[in-house]
Amino acid sequence: MAGQVATGSRSGLRSALPLLLPAYLWLTVAIFLPLSAMVFFSFMTELPLAGKAWAFTLANYTTFFSQGLYWTLLLASLRLGLEVTLWCVVIGYPAAYVLAKVLKGRSREAIFLLVILPFWSNGLVRIFSWAMVLREGGILDTALNAVLPFKINIDLMYSYPAVIIGLVHSYVPYMVLTCYLTLQAIDDSLIEAGRSLGASRLQMLRRVIIPLSMPGLVAGAALIFVPVVGSFMEPRILGGRTGTFYGTVIEDQFVAVFNWPLGAALSFILLAVVLVILALASPVLKRAA
Amino acid sequence: MATTRILEWLGRLYIWLLLAFLYLPIIIMALMSFNVSPFYQLPFEWTTEWYASLWQNDQLISATWNSLEIAIITTIICVVLGAAASLALFRYEFRGKKFLQALLFPPIAIPWLITGTAMLIFFFGVGIGRGLFAILLGHVALALPYVIVVVSARLQTFVPELEEAARSLGANQWQVTSRVTLPWIMPGVIAGGLFAFAVSFDQFVVSYFLSTPGQTTLPVEIYAAIRKGFTPEINAVSTIIIVVSMALMLLTARFFKFGGEK
Repeated sequence: MAGQVATGSRSGLRSALPLLLPAYLWLTVAIFLPLSAMVFFSFMTELPLAGKAWAFTLANYTTFFSQGLYWTLLLASLRLGLEVTLWCVVIGYPAAYVLAKVLKGRSREAIFLLVILPFWSNGLVRIFSWAMVLREGGILDTALNAVLPFKINIDLMYSYPAVIIGLVHSYVPYMVLTCYLTLQAIDDSLIEAGRSLGASRLQMLRRVIIPLSMPGLVAGAALIFVPVVGSFMEPRILGGRTGTFYGTVIEDQFVAVFNWPLGAALSFILLAVVLVILALASPVLKRAA
Repeated sequence: MATTRILEWLGRLYIWLLLAFLYLPIIIMALMSFNVSPFYQLPFEWTTEWYASLWQNDQLISATWNSLEIAIITTIICVVLGAAASLALFRYEFRGKKFLQALLFPPIAIPWLITGTAMLIFFFGVGIGRGLFAILLGHVALALPYVIVVVSARLQTFVPELEEAARSLGANQWQVTSRVTLPWIMPGVIAGGLFAFAVSFDQFVVSYFLSTPGQTTLPVEIYAAIRKGFTPEINAVSTIIIVVSMALMLLTARFFKFGGEK
């Protein structure tokens, strides 16, 4: 009998189904059906609510392709994503290297935790905290004027750099985390061997360390680029009037203009862009796994 | 070797600079929440006035209760559904298993702006509408994949022979699960639960699209207040949130490590 139960439990969807069904049903209702509905609605003239007349149309998509505004904004968001990702690489990769290869033992653990800790606190609140640092008469302004002999006005608030700073602050822990994981896996003796064969530090970095940590870099870049392209709260708070991006326009369609079909089309175009990016990144990630 | 030492020293310095960059705005916000001037003017004068006035702010208080309620219910549902699904994915072999596992990634990888607006459209279309129930539906869906990933990671360290040993000693399927398997995955379940709580409690984007003026969560309320203008009360409540969620993450890290060692 016992053997029968054991073999029975190793096979079959039938035993797995009752355990799987609730979770996947929930995901279907709250994620997969909504995403499909969004695609459907994006081809409609009106939402089919309260007996409104609606028809199928391509107008929402032709709006995107014919009006330069949406194109420009999508490009601006892609550029924002690229810039933030680059800054995260520049700032995060060296930090990950120091964590993985210089620090040891308990201090490594403690600092690693300190780096990823803010990441799990409220993103909105962290963006808001920059407002106090960046505004005129804010901390940065006051501190610089206290140190410098001449008077300067620092008012970065409501500017493009403010958006960049806030987003890099939000997402750099991702890059440190993913790079740290791949860098840590590189065997120290490999580095020693290369060095003893006469490779300079720079050569080691270029020929060995960076290629081996590429999966971490790509994973980090994808994890940062994708949400930044779809960001709207950060540009709104830190960018003010200059903070109009693709994400904020989608937000407007849903909460201000109430053109939901257009909003759905814009969201779906963003989803397509995101999927292309993830598809491009996946070969590098698969090679690592 | 002198260069090595200098480089190492520079590396350490660099890490501390990064930590300063990460924590400075948060520390300044916390300090300003104790400052008399509502416009963040220096010199600094100590007050707890803003924390006191939080208690008078009914809107913020009711939003906080909503956030806590939703986060707790989300955690319970996610832990139960997530642990069940992880067990099934671990224990059984069947066709389409890889596909089911791959399905966990879209909710994590797709920007919340897209998921949130899609939920808004769909819930409106099928008559669920907006409000706290819709927010709960959304939060569970967002947090569930994280819980399944975390619990599955813990299950990787499980030895299936333990279950067989228990069976050969006469335990039935329910006893095997409750006395052998569940205790083993408990650290993963607790870590997953803390993740779920954090995902829900900090969630802004999806809640934003699904909330109505009366039925809203704390982050949505904070966003509305920020857009109206800076208020020192928001500093105070933000500081509380940051401290609570960091404490929660420290707890999670403890359980994670606990999971990794044993």
